[in-house]
Amino acid sequence: MANSRRPAHANGANAAARMAHRKFAARPRIHCDFPIMATIQNVQPEPDGELGLVERVRAGDIDAYGQLVRMYDRRVFRIVNHITQNREDAEDVVQDAFLKAYQNIDRFQGNSKFYTWLVRIAVNEALMKLRKRKTSRTVSMDDEVETEEGSIPREFADWSPNPEQMYGSEETADILKKAIQGLPPNFRTVFVLRDVENLSTEETAQALELSVPAVKSRLLRARLQLRERLAKYFKSPTDAAATQAQAVAQ
Amino acid sequence: MNCSNFLIELTDLLDEVLDAEMHRELDAHMAACGHCKVVYVTTRKTIQIYRDNQLYDMAPELREKLEAAILLKCKQSGRC
Repeated sequence: MANSRRPAHANGANAAARMAHRKFAARPRIHCDFPIMATIQNVQPEPDGELGLVERVRAGDIDAYGQLVRMYDRRVFRIVNHITQNREDAEDVVQDAFLKAYQNIDRFQGNSKFYTWLVRIAVNEALMKLRKRKTSRTVSMDDEVETEEGSIPREFADWSPNPEQMYGSEETADILKKAIQGLPPNFRTVFVLRDVENLSTEETAQALELSVPAVKSRLLRARLQLRERLAKYFKSPTDAAATQAQAVAQ
Repeated sequence: MNCSNFLIELTDLLDEVLDAEMHRELDAHMAACGHCKVVYVTTRKTIQIYRDNQLYDMAPELREKLEAAILLKCKQSGRC
């Protein structure tokens, strides 16, 4: 198969994605309502730890909320900027999300980390902003449809050992932004939470109100689509030439 | 193990949550299939590049401005 032009990837990738989803779905579901929290809730929280700060906010300490904002604002800003792809929208969403979390902090039950709960609010606000922007520009909502396109590996040239060194840092950043912008928002969001912000699969599922199999399925497609998009910038020149020559010969 | 099965396991391979037996099967497949090896290596690089290059970092001035605006709104609105 290593020498064939259209390997089993091309024929079987759609089936692979479906089988992957079934396989993940067949696994025992991980209970997201972390049992350890029950133990944590019976212990006096550290005053400057996340739960301690939440308790202080509930008791009316606005400075404690300031500490929570400073703890998470940069991460939330990155996430919503990735989703909205618009800096001004991201600034609005960050403010709205923190305000909403503050207003509803009594509804936070401690079944997840405060950060995961905050991310859920921020992601919902960001997706809502995105929908409003698209509606106002009368762009078709078909753009939101999850697509298999790009999830099928077609590019088999290896990359340069240090691909980032092929470009300046600003150019690299532009390439990465351009590639991720092309993903459907649902894929983009899963990739950012899981791979960029390093949330666990379970936390990502909790933040997005998705099942673990759905997160894994979207993550696989997002990773493969991004890989495909980046390949044209980062592939090793010699390997690319060899692959092209092989294709011509066949 | 064929290429389609390899793709099914790719996410768990990248996340390093596979059991030892499955890991060995995937390693054996990659040793025989150059394309799957490239897909694995370059997907791992994709993730690493995004982790290493934090896009959309907030400038200190913007951060200060946003924090002040958030706390002002919270003080004005109160809790539900």
